[in-house]
Amino acid sequence: MISRRRWLAGAPAAGGLLLSGCKESLPPTYGSLFGLSDALTFAAHRLLLRNQPLAREFPRDQISKNFPAINTIDPVDRDYQELRAGHFVDWRLSVEGLVANPGELSVADLKAFPSRTQVTLHCCEQGWSAIAEWTGVQLSRVLQAAGTEARARYVVFYTVDGWWDSLDMFDALHPQTLLAYGMNGGELPVKHGAPVRLRVERQLGYKNLKYVGGIKVTDRLDDIEDGTGANGVAHGYPWYAGI
Amino acid sequence: MGPAAGVARHRAVVRATHWINAACFLALAVSGVAILIAHPRFYWGWTGYFDTPAAFELPLAVNLDQTGWGRNVHFLAAWITVFNGLVYVGWGMAAKHFRDLPGYSLLQKLAYLSVVFLLLPLMILSGLTMSPGITSAHPELFVLFGGRQSARTIHFLLGNLLMVFLIGHVAMTVFTGFGRNMRAMISARES
Repeated sequence: MISRRRWLAGAPAAGGLLLSGCKESLPPTYGSLFGLSDALTFAAHRLLLRNQPLAREFPRDQISKNFPAINTIDPVDRDYQELRAGHFVDWRLSVEGLVANPGELSVADLKAFPSRTQVTLHCCEQGWSAIAEWTGVQLSRVLQAAGTEARARYVVFYTVDGWWDSLDMFDALHPQTLLAYGMNGGELPVKHGAPVRLRVERQLGYKNLKYVGGIKVTDRLDDIEDGTGANGVAHGYPWYAGI
Repeated sequence: MGPAAGVARHRAVVRATHWINAACFLALAVSGVAILIAHPRFYWGWTGYFDTPAAFELPLAVNLDQTGWGRNVHFLAAWITVFNGLVYVGWGMAAKHFRDLPGYSLLQKLAYLSVVFLLLPLMILSGLTMSPGITSAHPELFVLFGGRQSARTIHFLLGNLLMVFLIGHVAMTVFTGFGRNMRAMISARES
């Protein structure tokens, strides 16, 4: 039960978000009537999640037996197939944009960071949900090592199967936001995005990109690709998928 | 104090919120179907997917291409329903609307009050329990509904219950004088 005082304390924050939202807090995808409700949802979530709560984590015995793999399950990209044949030893994640140290990271580089393991519920927009254990490096550690500039506000992700999406720093720096290289105690399988996929536990499944190949730190999204923040937006999938 | 001819039977706020609610209900029902046909299987507990046994399954063809606009319409209509409902309930509380319902039988009063104060709040809460963002801030929602898939199933069943209510509600307006009832809900005048 939220107390009246606590609610009142939070109200100016929500107002501030909405007011500054037009030019500051919201991604550039909000223009239609649907954009209005997306913006309301986004602002409400930023208020409710202002203390950065963790998504529920489960005991290992609740891990789903046969976690569904949908969309791309084996990228046809020739470079990818070669890297896969070489067990991803030569695979590199490019890190660029507003960072002091742009460069490339191998899977071994990512594994050299302290890891985080979490058993979470994956919520697909189709309606199904399944539980898996994910092991990886917190995105915040990679960003810290890269040295993000103070004006950085978004992280854009590119995948080898042609998808791209982005997170703002609020979600990018969340402790459960991982570049995951392990699943259910083993290596991340190809059908689930090997060698590295994104985990964003407080948003729907479609934000959890598989086959991440590069990340770019930026202060604006309107000059990235079609300017909507994610390639799902053009197909009716909102940039913010916390629902 | 029966409504006399030429005198408003329904207050303006009731008429306005009623029709906004009617439009939202239609939008939510249609978009709800658009969302569910992406996966017309229902489960109990936390998880449920292609390989797990369903509690029940609807004999509908799977269609993955309607969830984009479906979710957009659903969430827009849900927000309007919530704001509209707050106006209605807020006004109703202040005006003692729910205590004084003249001309309605006990059964009617029970049906209407349970829709406003039980079914619709449960509908909103079970919907929010499907939100990975909201449940990270309010995991107690999972306790209330027994997991995300249970919440989805309850959301669907409650939606059906609301549809049954709607059919009964419309039938009542037809049986008790459709034209007179519509005039009363539109222009406040019964004649």
